[in-house]
Amino acid sequence: MSLGKLIERLLQLVPVLLGVTLIVFVMMALTPGDPVQIMIGDQTITPEQEEALRRGLGLDRPIVERFFVFLGNAAQGDFGQSFYHRRPVADVISERLPATIELSLVALIVALVTAIPLGVLAAIRKNSIFDKLATVGSLLGVSLPGFWFGILLIMLFAVQWHILPVSGRIGYASEVPTITGFLLIDTLLHGNLPAFWDAVKHLILPAVTLGLPMTAILMRVTRTSMLEVLRQDYVTFADAKGLSRRRVLFRHALKNALIPTVSVAAIETGSLLGGNMIVETVFGWPGLGRLVVESIFLRNYPLVQAAVLLYAVIYVGLNFFADILYTILNPRVKL
Amino acid sequence: MSALLEVRGLRTVFHTRAGEVWAVDGVDVEVRRGECLGIVGESGSGKSVTFASVMGLVRSPGRVAEGQIVFEGRDLRALSAREMRAVRGKEIAMTMQDALTALNPALTVGEQIREALEAHDETLPARGQARRAAIRAKSVEMLGLVGIPSAESRLRQYPHEFSGGMRQRIMIAIALACRPKLLIADEPTTALDVTIQAQVLELITDIRARLGMSVVLITHDLGVVAEHCDRVMVMYAGQVVESGPTEDVIASPRHPYTRGLLASIPRPGLRGQPIKPIEGQVPDLIGMPPQCRFYSRCPLRRDACLAPVAMRPAGEGRSARCVLLDEVPA
Amino acid sequence: MSMAAATPAAADSIFRRNLASFMGNRLALASAVVVLLFVLMAIFAPLIAPQDPYETDLFRRLQPPAWVEGGEWGYLLGCDALGRDIFSRIIYGARISIFVGLTVIVLATGIGIVAGLAAGYLRGWVDVVISRVVDILLGFPYLIFAIGLMAMMGPGLGNIILALAYKEWVIPARVVRGETLAVRELEYVEAARALGASPRHIMLREILPNILSPVVVVSTIRMANVIILEASLSFLGLGVQPPTASWGSMVSDGRAFILEAWWVSTFPGLAILLLVLAINVASQGLRDAFDPRFHE
Repeated sequence: MSLGKLIERLLQLVPVLLGVTLIVFVMMALTPGDPVQIMIGDQTITPEQEEALRRGLGLDRPIVERFFVFLGNAAQGDFGQSFYHRRPVADVISERLPATIELSLVALIVALVTAIPLGVLAAIRKNSIFDKLATVGSLLGVSLPGFWFGILLIMLFAVQWHILPVSGRIGYASEVPTITGFLLIDTLLHGNLPAFWDAVKHLILPAVTLGLPMTAILMRVTRTSMLEVLRQDYVTFADAKGLSRRRVLFRHALKNALIPTVSVAAIETGSLLGGNMIVETVFGWPGLGRLVVESIFLRNYPLVQAAVLLYAVIYVGLNFFADILYTILNPRVKL
Repeated sequence: MSALLEVRGLRTVFHTRAGEVWAVDGVDVEVRRGECLGIVGESGSGKSVTFASVMGLVRSPGRVAEGQIVFEGRDLRALSAREMRAVRGKEIAMTMQDALTALNPALTVGEQIREALEAHDETLPARGQARRAAIRAKSVEMLGLVGIPSAESRLRQYPHEFSGGMRQRIMIAIALACRPKLLIADEPTTALDVTIQAQVLELITDIRARLGMSVVLITHDLGVVAEHCDRVMVMYAGQVVESGPTEDVIASPRHPYTRGLLASIPRPGLRGQPIKPIEGQVPDLIGMPPQCRFYSRCPLRRDACLAPVAMRPAGEGRSARCVLLDEVPA
Repeated sequence: MSMAAATPAAADSIFRRNLASFMGNRLALASAVVVLLFVLMAIFAPLIAPQDPYETDLFRRLQPPAWVEGGEWGYLLGCDALGRDIFSRIIYGARISIFVGLTVIVLATGIGIVAGLAAGYLRGWVDVVISRVVDILLGFPYLIFAIGLMAMMGPGLGNIILALAYKEWVIPARVVRGETLAVRELEYVEAARALGASPRHIMLREILPNILSPVVVVSTIRMANVIILEASLSFLGLGVQPPTASWGSMVSDGRAFILEAWWVSTFPGLAILLLVLAINVASQGLRDAFDPRFHE
């Protein structure tokens, strides 16, 4: 793909991102409740002070102007003050982000390493008992409500069997000073293996809960595309060349079958973002998702606004990435 | 000339929802050393399935049910999957109708030649730089053989970066990489335009002479057979209806179907045109009564055709499946 | 595609054949029956529920299910922290799930059909505007968009329906637009145009009947998703407010008691799973029967 095409595609994202920003802005502008009143809370201040506060927040300006101010600030990463934390929203979010990214990445990896082999196996053994079990499993996977599945796992693995912790990212005893914010990395950097193991144990249940629907979807996609590919002439031709079965399946078939799997995975990573809110709430995971849910109840709107926008931008970015990945993996397609 | 490949009583069945389809129903084939055998028939006549059966490439829901497939004295049906893989590509190679779909779009041309060499070529050095160099040299040699210029640099390219004719040549180069004794060329020119068709056929004929291999040319174009094949076998609805030396069959066809095929082609210049089929349709192979399969379309049909019809000798090295041969001795 | 398959006259017999094919799929049929049972349960909740779902009874606080020691058959699945009968609350909770699922899908499909037909048939600036809006809405992860809207509008049944429908219509709209683009050039549409039929007539009478089955199939599949989303919002406390029984909030209520009363969370979640699974299996059967593109 040429650089020109890449830039052209990037430019196509601009109206979408503008539209997304506009919607987020309108959403919050229409939210009932006066932000100034929320900030003031129980304190008593004079009308003059209130007026000053209002001007300071730019709330006295016309709405269109406020949108452009919001847009300009957002582009610079300035989302105003978090009412509750009394600190810049951007700071609060960036503190919580590593926990969410770590959880999402692990869930993604769990999903990929289980879904691809299972999907391939189901395709190769089409109509076998295994294939039927896999089909039932993937239907269950997309039908399970994540919040309930998480609670079920806690009841079994934490409450009943005491194998894994109930919630949180790491035990108090294992806490280490923050370096990157990613606990799996930080504990290793400190050379603290027991702490690393503790962090892994805290990750297992949330990652499985978060990754399950994705696993189900990816397994299905892999199976379907593998079946499709196995019917292709180039697989027959590879067989006609007398290649080993392993080579035919993995080099010829799988390399092509994974193209849809990988792009669906990139798109589905976006839906992990939504799942994060649920899973982080269930497992008391100190990430961005739980912060957003808490902020809604605290009416901490600037934070909600920034987070929704951030999620949307990441989501659009992932979809774009999926497109690009598809063209890279597929030498036939020229953008 | 002794037979390289001998197929006796081959029957291949496909289990479909509508019922069993005997796509190949009692086919005998003999391919001699160094010859080019043409297999002619409409689509659905079983010509491709016959040779997919020979290669052991019939996939579910299909299955080779009966018959012997003897290649150089070995019955291929008795071989294990592993032994059969050693035959495919090395002893018997195949090219497919459309190189665009037969070449893997995600792998470079170089890799697709290399893997064939790696699977079969025992003369390669065991490992290391020497092995890579030898593979590279052989790949370049093969591409040169099929007439692809600046082969060295083109090994890194993907199939879609080549023209249709070039791709067909690459597929032939891959098939021939291990110097097979028999090449099965399944409709090698159907996907190409006319001028390139001629080039590809010349190439196959030329390489056959140079490497001394046998070729089975599957086609629905009698003109192609007339120009390139020593002998011809005509198939219809899963059976052979006529076989013999090409010149004789074309000069005096013995089966009404062969006659119909020839009549549908403008005489001089014979080739280039696909068969304009004879009136009527190829019969549905499900629940076919045991009669002459050409009965419904045959202009010369009679009551005797309603009984099973076997192949009969029809002159020097020839045979045909028609009751008329009993009435008018050849 | 043969013309016979595309003309409205033949649509009826195709429908019959597809219906027969769906009826032949026993698993899908059984699932459809399960869905129907849930619907009946929701409609006749007051007649079926053994107890008043809102009656609290502190003596029955966290009473276990009937087959566990301390349980009672009148309170089949046990009681929650306020001593309310979980079984009866599940029966009433079906009303919320099914009502939200159906309403959102009907609203979204209606809007989606209009938007998709307009974009696909009228083309031009209408298409540009609609497609742009669709692109932008697709830029939001679904749950996050709904959460943002709920934060803005506040909790409540009507708001849930709005929050979900705001984005849901995009999916049928895309399907309808694609299908419309495919059939707008077909002969019978051309014929209607040549006869001077109005665009409205062509869209609603000529095109819509022929593209309806993929739309219905997609909508049923989406319904399962909408039900999970509603339950998720209720779980987060952004949905229907207490004391109304909703499966998501019932699961949430039980979280505080996972140590001593597993049944409070488990059974409502099981109800969600069962209904969603049944809808998924049934809609997959519908898809296999009615959408020829998925035939293997």
